[in-house]
Formats: sequence, C-alpha cells, structure tokens
Amino acid sequence: MIRVANLVKKYGDFTAVNDISFDVAEGEIFAFLGPNGAGKTTTIKILTTLLKPTSGQVELDGLNPAVEHNEARKRFGIVFQDPSLDEELTAYENMDFHGVLYKVPAKIRAKRIEQLLTLFELWERRNDQVKQFSGGMKRRLEIARGLLHTPKIVFLDEPTLGLDPQTRNQLWTHVKKLNGEERVTVFMTTHYMEEAERVAHRIAIIDHGKIVAQGSAEQLKAQTGAETLEQAFLALTGSTIRQEDASALDQMRNMARMFRGRRR
Amino acid sequence: MNVIYILWLRQIKRYLRSKPRIIASLGQPLLFLIALGFGFGPIFQRAGQGNYIQFLAPGVIGMTILFTAIFSGIELIWDRQFGFLKETLVAPVPRIVIMIGRTIGGATVALIQGFIVVLICLAAGFRVTNFSALPWAILFMILIAVMFTALGTAIASVLSDFQGFQLVMNFLVMPIFFLSGALFPLTNLPKLLDLATTIDPLSYGVDGLRSALVGIGHFGMPLDVLVLCVIGAALLGAGGYLFSKIQL
Repeated sequence: MIRVANLVKKYGDFTAVNDISFDVAEGEIFAFLGPNGAGKTTTIKILTTLLKPTSGQVELDGLNPAVEHNEARKRFGIVFQDPSLDEELTAYENMDFHGVLYKVPAKIRAKRIEQLLTLFELWERRNDQVKQFSGGMKRRLEIARGLLHTPKIVFLDEPTLGLDPQTRNQLWTHVKKLNGEERVTVFMTTHYMEEAERVAHRIAIIDHGKIVAQGSAEQLKAQTGAETLEQAFLALTGSTIRQEDASALDQMRNMARMFRGRRR
Repeated sequence: MNVIYILWLRQIKRYLRSKPRIIASLGQPLLFLIALGFGFGPIFQRAGQGNYIQFLAPGVIGMTILFTAIFSGIELIWDRQFGFLKETLVAPVPRIVIMIGRTIGGATVALIQGFIVVLICLAAGFRVTNFSALPWAILFMILIAVMFTALGTAIASVLSDFQGFQLVMNFLVMPIFFLSGALFPLTNLPKLLDLATTIDPLSYGVDGLRSALVGIGHFGMPLDVLVLCVIGAALLGAGGYLFSKIQL
C-alpha cells in the first residue's frame, strides 16, 4: 500500500531523511518510531504531498504523491502532529468543511459526521467553536475529521500527544477496530512505546534520518536482547536527548500566546 | 463549485464572528474622514477645489477596501502558522481552486467593509451626485477588492511568518495608499510624485470610484477599468502561481 525506496530529503546542507526504504502492506498497522527530529514528520509530509522529495521513489496505493497529488490525496486521511483546526469554526463546521473538500455527498456527510462525532463523544458540543475546546477534545475532533472520507490509508502523526489515558485507550481501540473491520492501512508515529507495541503489526525505528531497525515488536526486542520495546528503542537510538531549534512556528505560537494574554 | 462556496463561507463566518475586528478596522477610515476631511476642508475650499469631503470620501472607501483586502490575503500566514492551511493543502482539490475560493471570500469581506464605510461617509455629509453611475462605483469596489486580495495572497505565499509583515505594510501597503490620489488631486504634481501616482494601481481604483460617485475624474473611467482589470488579472495569476508552490 505504501512503498518507499531510497527516499532522501535535504534542506540545504541538512539531510532530514537519508536514504530510507520500507513497505507497508494493505491492512497493516505500521509504526514509525524515533526521537524528536529523526525525520518522522518529514517522511509523512512527503507521503502526504506536502513536501517534494529530493530523491528516491514513493508510492501510495500505486500512485506517486509528488505527481498525481489529487488522486493520492483521496486515498489517505491524516491527523497532523500540530493542530490543524479552524478555531473560529464550530466542531460541526470543521467536519462539514472537510467533507465538502473531499466531495463526500451531502447525505452521507451528515450521517458520517454524526456517527464520528458521537463515537468521539463530541456530538453534544458540535455547535461550539473549537477555540472553546480542551486539548484532548481538539485532538479527538481532528481524528474524527481524518476518518470522515473513509480513507484507505490513515496517517497518525503522534495522535495521542497530550491525551489522557482514557482517550488514548479509546483512540487505539477505535483504530484497531477500523483496521480489523475495514482493512484500513495505518501509518502511525508515537513516543509511547507501549502504544506501538499494542497496536502495530510492524515497527520501523528511525534515527538521524536513517532507519536503524525494522520488524515486529518481538523481533526488535529479540534483536537487541531487551525486555521491553522501550529498552530496545533506547538500545538502538542511544539515550542522549536531541536538540531541536525552535521553529518559526513555535516562535509564532509564543507571540500569539502573548497577544491573547494581553487581551485578557 | 461547492468547494469554492465552502471556502468563501468560511471567510465570511470568520469575519462575522470577529466583531472587534470589524469595529477596529472602521476606526481608521473614520479618523481620516473626520481629521483630514474637516481639517483640510476650509483650505481645499479656499484653493478653489470645492468640497473636500466630496473629494476625500471615495479615497477613504478605496483605502478601506485596500487594507481589508490585503489583510484578508495575508490571513493565509495565520492559517499557515495555526496549521489550518495543511488541512486544505492535503485535500484532493487543485490548489488554484483553493486560491480562488479564498480570494473571493477575502474580496467579499473587503467589499462589505467598503459598503460600511460608504454609509459612514454618507453620515459625514458625503453626497452621491450621479446615481446612474452607481453600478460603476460597485464595479470599481469589486475590482479593487479582488486585486488587493490577490496581492495579499501572493505576499503571504512567500512569507512564512509575520516578521516580514511590517516591511510589507510600510514599504508596500502604505505607499500604495498615500500615493494613490486618495487624499489629493493628481493634477500639477512634481514629476517624481506624478510618476509614482501613475504606476500606483490604487490611483485608478480611487479615480474610477470618484468619477462614478461625484463625477471628478483624472484618467477617465475606461482607462481605469482597463488598468484595474489587467493588473488584477496579473496579480491573480501571480498569487495563484505562488500559492501552488507552497511547501510546508
């Protein structure tokens, strides 16, 4: 379903993704793990047509996302690492907007929005502006939205960041159900090793833009002689903490926070 | 079509929900109208140019549309920073359609602001002299709105954060306004200023509006329409192109 071969992405001198290759089969849950700045999000951006690769081949359901964008875009749903909701709109309006962009027919759209918002326990709050939502609620809404157009592939980029255990549990239960019943292929990243161990069929560990190990959780543990996936992860990627520069985005958020603070 | 409609609707909803923004953005035109309109009124009169409010009002309307349109375009930076842009860019919709939807939405918002300022001008004593040319006035307002929303979008496609925004305001938007003949007649100007006002696209917008509303023209309405259409089309093209090149 997803095929990546010798993928490279460079930003000037910096190589974010350095010659990685992997395959994800249809109906598989594939976890992509790595420390901050390892190249996970860059890879997802390339797979989801937001970035063009420097070199290498990428295939999504037989399509090249760098060329056949629109066909490729119909195939997947994505939950981004950072928020991507319109906070001025209500939960329902965010869902509806998404449905129209993905050309989900009006009747089916209304039905699915109700189903999904109910499933993620947001139906009661559907007419509230998203800016009044808590972090967890926003996250749930984004996940519901990513599933609205019944995609064949779902990308989940750290979907459980900032969620409480209840919501996390519910989310993964739902992802597994979706994967089991509708054979949706899932490509996920997370920093919670036990989540990866629990839901993923296969795991790839990426560090400094290179894939350092691939296989099932059992295989990775056996390969490193570790007892838990977390230990295996640390054995493969070392225990130094990674430095990341504050991006323009973070600076911007800080500024926005200042402005909001002043208004209050 | 549905996609353009929902993009348009989103801009309108965002506009209507930010009441402080609506009120704040009306302060500036009001100030110009009162301070300049009534302040320079007597001098203008003595110089034999007639009623200054009559002269200034079309300029203030043009100014309002200019600022609102540029801001609507530049809102794209906001969407980029707060992530919503990604949601639209991964959707199976050609980028050009998204750009068109955004532009129509932004231009509509600018137009609404423009109409509100028309009402304020009427309250301040502005009188339309030629009602039959009213459709022309509306056409000019639309052309100004579309042109500068496209310009805002083009700029926002290149800027990735707000740090360059002050630069754009001070070296592009402000000059476009002050050199447009919104505040002073374009006749008998020094050579350099004359050149600047001639290449400023807003000059033609304000001139057209003024011709239509109070019958005072400099370039003539056919030339105004022509220039606005050509530059507007060019900016839409540039905005569409730059928007399609955005990578996140």
